[in-house]
Formats: sequence, structure tokens, C-alpha cells
Amino acid sequence: MEKTKNIEPILSIKNLKKSFGDNHVLNGFNLELFEGENLVLMGKSGSGKSVMIKCLVGLMQPDTGSLEIMGKDISKLPQKEFNELRTELGFLFQGSALYDSMTVRENLEFPMRQQKKTEKESLKLVLEALESVGLTEAIDLMPNELSGGMKRRIALARAIILKPKIIIYDEPTTGLDPITSKEIIQLMRNIQQNYKTSSIIITHDVDCARVISNRMILLIDGINYAEGTFQELSTNKDEKIQAFFK
Amino acid sequence: MITSIQIGNSLKSFFSEIGEMSYFAGRFFKELFTKPFEFKELLRQCYNMGNRSLFLVGITGFILGLVFTLQSRPTLMEFGAQSWMPSMVSISIVREIGPVIIALICAGKISSGIGAELGSMRVTEQIDAMEVSGTNPFKYLVVTRIMAATLMIPLLIIFGDAIALFGSALIENLKGDVSFQLYFNKVFDAIEFSDILPATVKSFFFGFAIGLVGSFKGYNCTNGTVGVGEASNSAVVYTSMLLFIIDFIAVFVSDIFFEL
Repeated sequence: MEKTKNIEPILSIKNLKKSFGDNHVLNGFNLELFEGENLVLMGKSGSGKSVMIKCLVGLMQPDTGSLEIMGKDISKLPQKEFNELRTELGFLFQGSALYDSMTVRENLEFPMRQQKKTEKESLKLVLEALESVGLTEAIDLMPNELSGGMKRRIALARAIILKPKIIIYDEPTTGLDPITSKEIIQLMRNIQQNYKTSSIIITHDVDCARVISNRMILLIDGINYAEGTFQELSTNKDEKIQAFFK
Repeated sequence: MITSIQIGNSLKSFFSEIGEMSYFAGRFFKELFTKPFEFKELLRQCYNMGNRSLFLVGITGFILGLVFTLQSRPTLMEFGAQSWMPSMVSISIVREIGPVIIALICAGKISSGIGAELGSMRVTEQIDAMEVSGTNPFKYLVVTRIMAATLMIPLLIIFGDAIALFGSALIENLKGDVSFQLYFNKVFDAIEFSDILPATVKSFFFGFAIGLVGSFKGYNCTNGTVGVGEASNSAVVYTSMLLFIIDFIAVFVSDIFFEL
């Protein structure tokens, strides 16, 4: 996907800074995500990827900088409006973060709690989301009865249950075997096609980045070190950039 | 060697934790009265806490009544006062021993359980996932657990007291040939309103403390799986300490109103 200057970004981060004492994690990070785009963010452990995501979804307050989702500055939104805006964001956690005490169905129904849907409507949405990830038969299982790959797929179903416009994937293939990783990547592509979502994908997985990215940002020391397509970056001669693709 | 700086730091961290817990309690009261109310989750927590603790509280209460009666018998017999056994045991159990022992047992079971459950949810990002989905996890997880503990602990204490009295009656029946009817007639003659009311009121505070400390420790858990263990452990330690402080205050206040 080509980024064009006349299109407004669906999500933008400007000059984001966050420190923990003397540890400056983000030092003026910038990001723009456009509609229908898959933006891959790569960076070493401790480079500030997770902190950036936490600031984006309101789990952490940045020191300075602006965060806009669909034209709305989230720092200026009242909590109620921010919670409504959050329904436009899907989030796939690295460890799946399924609720242990709930069945798969209850896990998927949980984000719909504020939506006042009838049981029939919510069941329809649950089945639709489970069908998207190919796990309708797991509807009554508990998370401890699922394999790692199944958990990730159920978490993905939960992330898309409210048909969000943006999905954030935090290391979607980490801890999975190569075959399951490929299945997850394929699912991510299917979801983007079927649900017309835009995605931010944080990953260390070069294969994942190659297959799914329209554009990439390499994060080093809390700033955008390099930006471009997979092709452009993977052929770049800079040693620091090459280190990501080895 | 402990330096004054170390003592200062320990005191600072102690008072800082008390401040944070007070803020946490304040947030609980604020969220308690704002919509939406999580009745379904509250009922589920009440059922879990009550049902899962019933057997333990029953066994503890039974042994408590049994042992207390067995240990007191020789002394009372020495003074020819064994007929005072039902009233002595019932007043001791209803006023003090029952509530405190059962609350301590519940601190070990419920408070540590809440600490471990919420701590584990925190470190596995389940609480973050709730927040990201637009749900208020404090209301859903914390308010319901504190309320459930506040409501269920008094019921568990009443149940435990009843079983303890039954254990005592059983020993009196076996060793002293006192019928169950006579024993319980004497129990109900001895117990007064001034014995039941303060004990019931303080048991609500015990329940609140058990829910509050467990939730506080679990909800603010950090440091991975090690942190979960620490949260669970410190929930029991802090709750136990708090129970004795509440008991002391309750006895002091009861003395003012009822002249014990």
C-alpha cells in the first residue's frame, strides 16, 4: 500500500516521550497509520515498543507528545468517550491474556458487556468471530483446555469481536512453532481482508514482517531509526538495520 | 547493622503503602455507588467464597468448640462450676474466639486466594485486556470481591460459631451427660443482644479487611510469578495484622456502648 500525503492517518503519534526515572524509553517517537495499512514495528527488547503500545491504549500516560486515534486526541478525551473509542481498537496480547475463569464464549462476550446486545446477537457475533479463526468447536472450552496456538486464535477472535477499525498485534507469533506461526500470519491477513482493518504489528519475526507488512518502522533507543518497506529496509547497508534481518 | 537511614526508608515505605491502600479503599467506595453494578459477578464471588470456605470453616469451628470445652472442663470442675460451661463457651465463642479465629482462617483462604488470583491476572495482562476492551476492571474485579467478602465473612462466622457450639455440646453430652436440649437452653439464656451485635458488626469489618487487602495486593502485583507469591503471602500477613487491630478497636468501642 502506498502512503499518500492527502490521506489523513487513522492513527498518529507525535513526539512521544516516556521516561522511568533516568531511563528514557521513548525519546520523541512518531508514527502514522493509514487506513487499510499493515505497519510493522520492529525493535530490540527494551527499545520501547511495549511502552508505546501501552501509551496508545491508555494503560500508561506518556510524559509528552500527542496520540490521535481517528482524529481524536486521546489525552483530551473524557474516560467514557475514551472507552467508546477503545471499542474501535482490537488488541492481541503477546501471551493471549484470555480470562482463565471464563469459557471461550464468555471471553469473547466480555468486550460486548457495555454494548447491551441480546443473547442471540452476542452469540451470533461470537460464532462469527470463532468461524473467522476456525475454532467454532472450542466455544465451551476453558482456556486451560486450549493449546498455545488455539489460545492465540481465540485471543484474535476476541480482538475482532467488535469489528474494530484498528488492530494492534503485540508479538503475535512469539512462542509458537513455525507451522502455527504461519497459520496465525495467514489469519491476520484474512482478517484484514474480511474486516478491512488497519494494523500495527510489533514483532521480532522477520518472516511475519516480510509476509504481512506494507510498511515498517525500526525502533532504536526510543526513536524511529528507519522507515520503509520490507524490501527497502532488508536491502539497506546500515549495520544497525541489517541486524534486524539476520 | 541497621542504620537510621534503613529504618527511615522502611517507615517511609510502610506509610506509603498505608496511603496507597487508603486511596484504594477510597476508590472502592467511589466505584461502589456508580453504575453499572456488577450484580452477576458479585453473586458469583459470594457463591465462590461462601461455598469454598464452608467445609474449612465448619471443621475449624467444630474443633474449636471441641478443644475449648475439653480444655476448660478440668478447671471448671475443680471449682464445681461445670454447669457454667455452656454460658462460658457460648459467650467466648460468639463474642471473640469464633469471629477472630474464623476471620483468620478466611484471611488464609480468601484473602490469599484473591491476592493470588488478581496478581496472576495482572502479570498475565488479563487486567490490561479488560481495560483495553473498555470495561472497568476495578469495578468488575475489585469492588465485587470486597463486597462479597464483606457480605460472606459474617455469614461464615455465624456458621462457624454454630458448629463450634455444636462441638462443645457434643463433648458436654459425651463427658458430662448434658443433653443437647439442656446445653442449648443454657446457651440461649446466656447470650445477650450486647454479645451478638458487636460481634456481628465487627465481622463485617473483618470481611471488608479480608477483601480489601487481598484485592489491593493482587491488583497492584508486579514482578511476575514471584510477585504473585509475594502478593498472596503479604495479603495474609497484612490481613491478619489488620484483623487484630480491628478487633482491638471493636472491643474498645463495644466497651463504651455496652460496658462489657
